Amino acid sequence: MRLIPCLDIRDGRVVKGTNFVGIRDAGDPVELARFYDTEGADELVFLDITASHEGRPAVIDLAEKVAREVFIPFTVGGGLQTVEDIRAALLVGADKVSLNSAAVARPELVRESAEMFGAQCVVVAIDAKQCGESWNAFVHGGRKDTGRDVIEWAQEVVKLGAGEILLTSMDGDGTRAGYDLDLTRAVSEAVDVPVIASGGAGHAGHMVDAVREGRADAVLLAGILHDGVARISDLKSEMAAAGLRIRSTNRS
Amino acid sequence: MNLTLIDYGTGNLFSVRRALEVCGANIRVIHHPNEAKNSDRLVVPGVGAFGSCITELHRLHFNDAIKEHIATDRPFLGICVGMQMLMTTSYEFGQHSGLNLIPGTVQEIPNRTDSGEVRKRPHIGWTSLSEGQPWSNTILSQTTKDDRFYFVHSFSVVPDNPAHILALTDYDGHEIVAAVKKDNIFGTQFHPEKSGPAGLAILKQFLSL
Repeated sequence: MRLIPCLDIRDGRVVKGTNFVGIRDAGDPVELARFYDTEGADELVFLDITASHEGRPAVIDLAEKVAREVFIPFTVGGGLQTVEDIRAALLVGADKVSLNSAAVARPELVRESAEMFGAQCVVVAIDAKQCGESWNAFVHGGRKDTGRDVIEWAQEVVKLGAGEILLTSMDGDGTRAGYDLDLTRAVSEAVDVPVIASGGAGHAGHMVDAVREGRADAVLLAGILHDGVARISDLKSEMAAAGLRIRSTNRS
Repeated sequence: MNLTLIDYGTGNLFSVRRALEVCGANIRVIHHPNEAKNSDRLVVPGVGAFGSCITELHRLHFNDAIKEHIATDRPFLGICVGMQMLMTTSYEFGQHSGLNLIPGTVQEIPNRTDSGEVRKRPHIGWTSLSEGQPWSNTILSQTTKDDRFYFVHSFSVVPDNPAHILALTDYDGHEIVAAVKKDNIFGTQFHPEKSGPAGLAILKQFLSL
């Protein structure tokens, strides 16, 4: 069971997250990453939402800065379109890449990158929204419905070589009312790779539910951490107290 | 003391280099086997598929350089696939010959638990280690049973001789060889360069052997 803070980055700065004690510059991704590392984060995810420009995706430069300073695994996503982009991100120290719209636009990218660099570094991010009795995958920051069923899409990308699914409930995102357990469980039971639950975390109990009932292998956190509502060290203590096997906070 | 890091195109080279740097190593990154001579320490990182890694290692003729280094009795460290390549044979996507420096195989983690539940792969996560051979005077001499290390893999090594197992870990009821040791050869399945302070402590220990 892993606890993974997610940082949204735009133009080299963290978009959300200012209410920290003891941080000089909460807008600096590296500073924030270091903070989360000492707090006991198991991994980090950086999603660059800078509008794509031509040439080298900005997230590659970010990956290099993070890798110089932080010695826990991290994933980068946003603007990675080609195998060459992915190679560049991995070579500067990213452990995994997260593919979303690019995978929908060209599913072969998942296969090519998994064959080239190994399934363990290919995360496919799926933004899911309830449509009647099931869920559809959305892209472009949730603005565009692909018309694809989330379960089928998850199974397809795993067949192509994805080593992990980052599953965000768009309905739950930002509500702090808990992860979508039905969605998480449905996807987790449909694939044989780890699933990271995302969207809706409000407190440690939600994270315990995501693992126990949702069968998630990891949980992603953003809002409650960035707003200073919760601390990783406290969340982990509560999860451990609930009986989950979790790495305790880093010794310093 | 100089440490040599072999660059054969593997993805985690940068991270391993940075981690060793903050541990105080004086590092040379080499691209040619001749440069491996007279190294006090040799490190081979590795991620991805066994087949492509060993193919590149051979294509760049690093296999003999590694064997020559090991014959000098100076410490060697292989990380993840860099460790798996020390074995005799890997069964990842077909069958591949390794360097045969530690007799044994590289095998897939079973995808079912003993009770028939799905065991997800890759195995991704932080787990603690238990002792194989004694940890004193090894890379794990500063490691405690509470320390956890970052694993990300679907295959793991099975040495023929249990005496070559330095540490074990558990994944969903499956025993995984987490570290190996044979004379001056060390290998870790986990990533010390990505395991926070506990991982850096292992790299420091490797430097001070």
